[in-house]
Amino acid sequence: MTLVSDNSKRHQYIAANVVKPTSARIVVPRSAWSKIFNNALIRRTVLMLIIGLIWEGYAIIVANDLVLPKLSSVLAAMWHSSINGVLIIRTWHSLQTLVVGYAIGIGIGHVITTLAITTRVGSDLLVMLTAMFNPLPAIALLPLAMLWFGIGQGSILFVLVHSAIWPFALNTHAGYLAVSDTLRMAGRNCALTPFNFVAQILMPAAMPSIISGLKISWAFGWRTLIAAELVFGATSSGGGIGWFIFERRNDLKLPDVFAGLLLIVIIGVLVEGVVFRLLEYRTVQRWGMMRSV
Amino acid sequence: MKASTIVGVAKPMGIVARNTVTETTLERPRQNSSEVLVRAENVTLQYAARASVVTATWRVNFDVHYGDRYILLGQSGCGKSSLLKAIGGFIRPSEGCISIRGAPINGPSPERMMVFQEFDQLFPWKTVLENVIFPMRARSWTRKDRIERARSFIDKVGLTKFANAYPHTLSGGMKQRAAIARAMAIEPDILLMDEPVAALDALTRARLQDELLRLWEELRFTMLFVTHSIDEAVRVGSRILVLSPHPGQVRAELNCPASGGQSEVKDFEQWITSMLHETNSEQVAEGNAV
Repeated sequence: MTLVSDNSKRHQYIAANVVKPTSARIVVPRSAWSKIFNNALIRRTVLMLIIGLIWEGYAIIVANDLVLPKLSSVLAAMWHSSINGVLIIRTWHSLQTLVVGYAIGIGIGHVITTLAITTRVGSDLLVMLTAMFNPLPAIALLPLAMLWFGIGQGSILFVLVHSAIWPFALNTHAGYLAVSDTLRMAGRNCALTPFNFVAQILMPAAMPSIISGLKISWAFGWRTLIAAELVFGATSSGGGIGWFIFERRNDLKLPDVFAGLLLIVIIGVLVEGVVFRLLEYRTVQRWGMMRSV
Repeated sequence: MKASTIVGVAKPMGIVARNTVTETTLERPRQNSSEVLVRAENVTLQYAARASVVTATWRVNFDVHYGDRYILLGQSGCGKSSLLKAIGGFIRPSEGCISIRGAPINGPSPERMMVFQEFDQLFPWKTVLENVIFPMRARSWTRKDRIERARSFIDKVGLTKFANAYPHTLSGGMKQRAAIARAMAIEPDILLMDEPVAALDALTRARLQDELLRLWEELRFTMLFVTHSIDEAVRVGSRILVLSPHPGQVRAELNCPASGGQSEVKDFEQWITSMLHETNSEQVAEGNAV
């Protein structure tokens, strides 16, 4: 056997005409099952149901409402508290505070990152501030905030803004820095003011990082808010979900406590799955910057 | 290097090469400046590295005339892209001066639109049409004019069907076409092309080169084209600046054979090749000596 094959013995040919496959053969329709399991919503709902069933089953085995209430009684409690309006009012209260604090935090974050990317002082300031404040738990500032702003909305807003600014600024700044030189030069070629350069080139180019910054800030803000409400629980009367949980725990109404927790989870999932999902779909996915999930 | 080395290389008739190494030969006959669009005088470009300063080009002189298809040719490390970026206004020369229409270049401008080698130069958040329209913010054209003009240039580069497509759905060749359309559509003083077709496959590359020439025949713009390919330089260019590397210096400035036979073009290419090889082997020899 030789390692080099003898081509002179091999048949050569040129196809007389290339027959293209008909479109039916190129595009094969998916089977019904494949279609269903290609839908992320359906897949995740099924997963959720399974987890819910495990909860229900385990709670029946434990059979102690003070340790682990059944999922069905939690849902019933949630329904009941919503019907009489308490949970709705509490949730509304929390969400209002959250949206205001989040918006202020993101706004300040934008200003800081824009300064950081256009000036050297701004960049030093951002790097220093994020290094200092990002690891500082917002809730640790609450006692101080209560001294400055009194007990109530002002203090909660303060810690909320603090918790939202830094993760957002850190992610956005990292996103700006990662924009390729080519894209920057292509942008600088278009006679833009520094502000427009950030708004029209860097911001869309860094959109994946900005969105992940928005998500992380949202989660941080939500957590901080609930934690702050729990601390305030004993003194504030018009509180939010955190206060609801605190109050019901004092009454040993465990299904209500779980209902409050579950509601926090549901709101988180909705914001992630609807608001941010839509934002991603309209921006980074359409622009080919992110794969669809 | 001795001034005589270049004589040893067989060169086609009528081409006079200048030696670049001794400083006296840097003096060159001044040309009628009314024809000159871009003039580079004694341009030295340097990059500040962490510990030292790296010189990309050393006292480079050249003139680009109106309607030139001016090629900066050289191997990697000869500073050709840096020169282009300096003309684009992205780098400031540490010595010498680059001027356009007699005015020194001061920062990037839509009058000097750049086309890059990289495929990510299009704004991914804009469709092809929006990409082509975007730089027109520098012009006082009406919105209707802009769209019309953008469409006509998109037609010219053969992307009519893809005007509303986002860049990530296009192939590499189509992206480069879109970038060329974007740069041309605002009618800049000069088009700066940084190896715009180097990252494409050979077939697409040849087709784009031909299309570029066809567009030039039609519109007679001025372009400065950076390449490392001798073949491409001779094919696309009307005048070639040959640069020797480390640091980039002018080795020769040549007119392309306008309508030569195949053998003449081949000789010309051969001649440039030997010129580049010669600087190369000298460097190796120098390196060994040190």
